[in-house]
Amino acid sequence: MKLNRTILALAISATILTACGTTDEEELGLTDGSQSNAAGINDASTSGFNNGSGFSGSEMGGGFGSAGGLGPEFSDPSNPLSKQTIYFMLDSSQVQQDFVPVIAAHSQYLLANPGQRIVLEGHGDERGSREYNIALGEQRAKSVASMMKVQGVSDSQLEIVSYGEEKPAAFGHDESSWELNRRVELVYQGN
Amino acid sequence: MSFFRRMLLVGLIGFYAPVNHAEMSIEITEGIESAMPIAVVPFGFQGSTGMPVNIGSIVNSDLGRSGYFKTLDEQNMLSRPSTAEAVRFNEWQALGQNYLVIGQVTEQAGQYNIQFQVFDVYKGTQVLGYRMTSPASELRRTAHHISDIIFEKLTGNKGIFSGRIIYITSQSQGNKQRIHQLQVADVDGFNPQTIASSPEPLMSPAWSPDGRQVAYVSFERKTAAIYVQTLATGERQKVAEFPGINGAPAWSPDGQKLALTLSKDGNPDIYVLNLSTRSLTKLTQSYAIDTEPTWSPDGSHIVFTSDRGGKPQLYIMPSTGGQEKRLTFTGDYNAGASFSPDGKNLAMVHGNRGDYRIAVMDMATRTVNVLTEGRLDESPSFAPNGSLILYASRKGGVGYLSAVSIDGKMQQKLVFDSSEVREPAWSP
Repeated sequence: MKLNRTILALAISATILTACGTTDEEELGLTDGSQSNAAGINDASTSGFNNGSGFSGSEMGGGFGSAGGLGPEFSDPSNPLSKQTIYFMLDSSQVQQDFVPVIAAHSQYLLANPGQRIVLEGHGDERGSREYNIALGEQRAKSVASMMKVQGVSDSQLEIVSYGEEKPAAFGHDESSWELNRRVELVYQGN
Repeated sequence: MSFFRRMLLVGLIGFYAPVNHAEMSIEITEGIESAMPIAVVPFGFQGSTGMPVNIGSIVNSDLGRSGYFKTLDEQNMLSRPSTAEAVRFNEWQALGQNYLVIGQVTEQAGQYNIQFQVFDVYKGTQVLGYRMTSPASELRRTAHHISDIIFEKLTGNKGIFSGRIIYITSQSQGNKQRIHQLQVADVDGFNPQTIASSPEPLMSPAWSPDGRQVAYVSFERKTAAIYVQTLATGERQKVAEFPGINGAPAWSPDGQKLALTLSKDGNPDIYVLNLSTRSLTKLTQSYAIDTEPTWSPDGSHIVFTSDRGGKPQLYIMPSTGGQEKRLTFTGDYNAGASFSPDGKNLAMVHGNRGDYRIAVMDMATRTVNVLTEGRLDESPSFAPNGSLILYASRKGGVGYLSAVSIDGKMQQKLVFDSSEVREPAWSP
């Protein structure tokens, strides 16, 4: 698939949160002995800046979509290579039987094309805490990676990143969305 | 931020009372019966233009949201005094009020002089009184400051209304693109400012103990990295970008170190990064997931999430390394812990039969009390006085921030229209 390189700039603006003495205060009457400092806090939104270096990123397809730039077998629904998403059970990083042939087909392809690299993107559903889901997503991607390595795929062809629950494929909040989000996407690089 | 303009302010205890500000929504969904009755009379105003900010209304709303006070609806007041001479205490006694707040604002050459007094209704005496000056731009913050003064005097606890919250928003840009923003706002959600924004996810914002810096995770380079950003200048430093996970930053109470999660050696483990020397110490060595470290307020211990027992549960260990002990035994899932400022309580995400709720463990007795009733509650963070826990929740497809008192008796929510809001953290 064509790698659609885009420059992603990260904008950061400054927020002045330090106290500035813009508010004066005095006590009324003969009451509270202690007088707290009522210095206001000055919000000054200074101009944001773009990080000049920018970041190169890639538009990543993955999922069910066809992988343009790869061979026609990737878009033939009867070919296991057309499946580029591996789904998982709740709180599990174990590859289900249904997906073993899919991973095997991609492994064969990677073996036959040793210059081809792939990113295994691990994901989880939205339930539970976010950083734990990052860890779970990584374990899912590692399960796929280790099956590929057992089948002879070189470490140098594989890259892993976990997005946890941060990049859902489905945006609903029930099991029908969650089961689509517990996944590893196989994202072919370059070409 | 055009989507913030569409936030709507609604509601107080049980009934809707739209307030004259169209920015966001605070809804108190449950109140405390034992809360102290207090009447905040709309502040009087003298000036050429209208009062730019309704100070009395902000104070009323702050005190009502604290859980400590039951405020009196304006339409039930028999009079609206703005000077001590005009107060008739028997009226307020008849209305069952313990305390009365009155005030007036006078505009003078673009500055606003604010004077307010708090009375004990039964003794008929002044509890406190202040006069202060503020420019128009500072009036909201001045109002929050007044709330803090009143709260501290009447409850003996530190006020929390002039603090800040940080949180992440995520908004669809159409065409499968999203924009993720790290924002800082007043604790009532007003004055949101974006401090970082990226098309890739931002996560896990954590305040430094002095409130000047924020650590967070960014995927802007398509891999995870941890940054520390100084709020005043917007400058930031990348402090971790190892292969694999770089996540869950947590400041040590002295601000010198970050505990974090790295998976560079295989499994996610807890590490401590010294921010000045950049030396890295590995704390956990398990073959399981270890993540979400949080420091005890005295810095002696770290609590973290681990699935070494099969399911995610909380464990505790000395922050210099040593024996790891399991803390949680109830529920299928306990994760994402956060200590109260006094170290006596530990908030967590508590999962049981598919519902994820906020629970609190009493560290002395180890009893766990479930505080919320959502299905997808997460990211608990204590207010600096320990009275409230801010967390992220979701209902009917809408993500919002919510706060609950640590006894679970008072609930409120902040609804942000048209964007996902998550991972709130209360400033120190």
